[in-house]
Amino acid sequence: MNEWIDIGRVEDIPLQGARVVRTPQGDVAVFRTIHDEIFALRDRCPHKGGPLSQGIVSGKTVTCPLHNWNIALDTGEAVAPDKGCSGHFPVKVVEGKISLLLPVERVKRASVS
Amino acid sequence: MAKEKLVLVGNGMAGMRTLEELLKAAPDMYAITVFGSEPYGNYNRILLSPVLAGEKVFHDILLNDEPWYRTHGIALHKNCEVTKIDRRARKVIAQDGTAVDYDRLLLATGSNPVILPVPGNNLAGVITFRDIKDVDTMISASQNLRHAVVIGGGLLGLEAANGLKQRGMHVTVVHLSQTLMERQLDETAGGMLQRSLEERGVEFLLGAQTEEIIGKNRVQGVRFKDGRETTADLVVMAVGIRPNIELAKQSGLYCERGILVNDTLQTYDPRVYAVGECVQHRRQTYGLVAPLFEQAKVCADHLAKLGIRRYQGSMTSTKLKVTGIDVFSAGDFTGNDQTESIVLRDPGVGVYKKVVLQDNRLLGAVMIGDTLDGAWYFQLMREGTDISAFRSRLLHGQAHLGDAGHGGANAVVAMQDQAEVCGCNGVCKGEIVEAIIGKKLFTLEDVRAHTKASSSCGSCTGLVEQILAMTLGGDYSASPKEKPLCPCTEYTHDEVRAQIRERHLTSIAAVMQHLEWKNPDGCHRCRPALNYYLISTWPAEVKDDYQSRFINERAHANIQKDGTYSVVPRMWGGVTTPDELRTIADVVDKYHIPTVKLTGGQRVDMLGVKKEDLPKVWADLNKGGLVSGHAYGKALRTVKTCVGSEWCRFGVQDSTKMGVTLERMTWGSWMPHKFKMAVSGCPRNCAEATIKDFGVVAVDSGWELHVGGNGGVKVRVTDLLCKVASEQEVLEYCGAFIQLYREDARYLERTAPWVERVGLASIKQKIVENAAERKKLYARFLESQKYAQVDPWAARASAGVDRHEFIPLKQIA
Repeated sequence: MNEWIDIGRVEDIPLQGARVVRTPQGDVAVFRTIHDEIFALRDRCPHKGGPLSQGIVSGKTVTCPLHNWNIALDTGEAVAPDKGCSGHFPVKVVEGKISLLLPVERVKRASVS
Repeated sequence: MAKEKLVLVGNGMAGMRTLEELLKAAPDMYAITVFGSEPYGNYNRILLSPVLAGEKVFHDILLNDEPWYRTHGIALHKNCEVTKIDRRARKVIAQDGTAVDYDRLLLATGSNPVILPVPGNNLAGVITFRDIKDVDTMISASQNLRHAVVIGGGLLGLEAANGLKQRGMHVTVVHLSQTLMERQLDETAGGMLQRSLEERGVEFLLGAQTEEIIGKNRVQGVRFKDGRETTADLVVMAVGIRPNIELAKQSGLYCERGILVNDTLQTYDPRVYAVGECVQHRRQTYGLVAPLFEQAKVCADHLAKLGIRRYQGSMTSTKLKVTGIDVFSAGDFTGNDQTESIVLRDPGVGVYKKVVLQDNRLLGAVMIGDTLDGAWYFQLMREGTDISAFRSRLLHGQAHLGDAGHGGANAVVAMQDQAEVCGCNGVCKGEIVEAIIGKKLFTLEDVRAHTKASSSCGSCTGLVEQILAMTLGGDYSASPKEKPLCPCTEYTHDEVRAQIRERHLTSIAAVMQHLEWKNPDGCHRCRPALNYYLISTWPAEVKDDYQSRFINERAHANIQKDGTYSVVPRMWGGVTTPDELRTIADVVDKYHIPTVKLTGGQRVDMLGVKKEDLPKVWADLNKGGLVSGHAYGKALRTVKTCVGSEWCRFGVQDSTKMGVTLERMTWGSWMPHKFKMAVSGCPRNCAEATIKDFGVVAVDSGWELHVGGNGGVKVRVTDLLCKVASEQEVLEYCGAFIQLYREDARYLERTAPWVERVGLASIKQKIVENAAERKKLYARFLESQKYAQVDPWAARASAGVDRHEFIPLKQIA
């Protein structure tokens, strides 16, 4: 089961920046573009696992801080000619509040145990 | 709205390159139609010689096959010659009656080979060397004919002669002048080239003017003005090319030798553009590929209505595409009474190198046998570098200028395919060659994107360029004079910076708006550069944009491979105290920091700090009097010192005190790249000041100041700037040098390449010879330091600056 989880407000994330959401399955990087679009990716570059949340955000891509791979924010796919995908999560923004679609069964189970 | 219609006449390299550039810049702007008189897609004409020599086949040199045209929605009329342009009705009409309307027309009709006006020039067996059909004719001739005569001892003629010889024919080259390739080579070089070709069995008839080609239906021989005669079954005329301007002329476009174009590649009819060998620009016509590509880029820009770039002519270099015979020529290689030449000649190994200089700047170069440094000389020429600092070693090549990184392995041709070229990304020669051929790459940028070679530290850039040159054959020298800052703009670093100054731009958004950035918020390459240019130009006004800084400068610590950070506190001049060390030890215990080690610059590095802990770590360090060491920044890093006269029995000055004073003056300043200093107390130089950006070496009578050194991949020893007597002078010269570097160098250019690019002489002139200028630079440095010397750790540790940077948005479960 997946569930929408509130993670915060748009203005909590710097413009052209990112913040991290910690989950039992690993970190999720939540990005805010210059046009206030919000995207969420697994916080691991498909190349060598670099934390994408620490990269420079421009347009709809983020540049990994470790070796400058560019990752598309909407799909998680590396920009050609690099190949690989870091995996993305659905997000929605309602009245400035961001929620993230996460597999909650596992979240709950993890929080119970 | 219907798309505008663009018609290209000429399906060759220049026209197609323009379309490719246009598709990159504005993929959907035009409905495109292409006319080509040959029955193929676009192929790489510069590689015809290797096809003739049997080193490549036609398929290898095809650039755009027919599916490519379909994928891009381009209507291709191949084997279809355009015979008429109706400029009033804006229509082109082809031989077969096809008529196509245009809104804009691009002419890229190339050139035609010159046919000598002698009797017999139309006999069967008399051909030129221009397209793949000619190559096919020569290949089949070589299978059943014996004697080939090539008329013309220029680039093309010699390549044809070599190819035919490789294919087993008996070849004679006939040349009007006494020197081969006399437009590219001097007498000595021409003679050496002739001997190498003679060793391969090619024969020469020099100073021979063709009078008649003999034969009834087929060619049988050639007769010369002086009465000599030679047998021939095949005659290849390679006496030059002439821009193909028939169509343009007929349609009333103004032509001289070529179709006249302005700096935007427009003809006298502004709807009609022209590029390539058919054009004449500022009295020049070009027959090499690099200028055509430069034209293509500018033309595409204007077709895409970006309208910001001008073509200002090209400087060209030539290489002969004959495997095993290396010839390079560029610029003015003869010189005159205003110039000087340096010559190196070693007949034993067949090497000849000559450079022509004026005022310590390179005007031209010619080389035989060892052409490795061609690309380097060409770069020195284009950039107008003052070479006085390494004049005595100039002819020995770049490898001898302290290039410890790749100095020994420069012979690309001899390199094994498995040999590693790019040590950062583990890319070997074979992979690069394969990518160049398989993916049809032309430029350094392409190779970087596809293979990653040369995309990290850049020390192998020269090697990669040589591999490109070797693989693509001769005329590769594609990089334009000065490269744009990044793909978001056409402006160079220097142009952007000048605009920031002149228009008083004070934000990244303003720069991007005024200079019409292609991507609305730039990319990871231009944003940090722009941020630096802004804060260094207007220190009092500009708000530092942290989102445009690389993570290390945003987090004020160095990111490690596992996402943790390392923390390096400042230790002034490398001097510490028991209390400072106790503070560090306590912090390491308290935050369970896994590794503590000393850095190369005499500081303590704590590695493996979690990002959330950084503000707390800094708070504790601050309490013990320790501040940020900026080990993470494009900034003043450390001042390394030896103990000097306080303790050392050899020391002649107090180098430690001097180091501390320098570090107190310079800490916190942002630079184009990292900046390291050192102070040694005597000429034994224990602080290794001569491989630093700014090094001070004490002598009995004062201080020697050294600049432009670095360790690392490409070690460079400093140049001596000057000697000064007092401590105050050291500070003034140091501040002035740093400020000049901050104002003049390009972002991410360290002092070593900067000094080599602008020349030590120009730096000396501003800092040593001109006291007023030095004082102004020094004053500007001190002024900007007023805004820079704020400990970024303290602000974040206690004042809560950028709190969001260090804590997660949310913790789930």
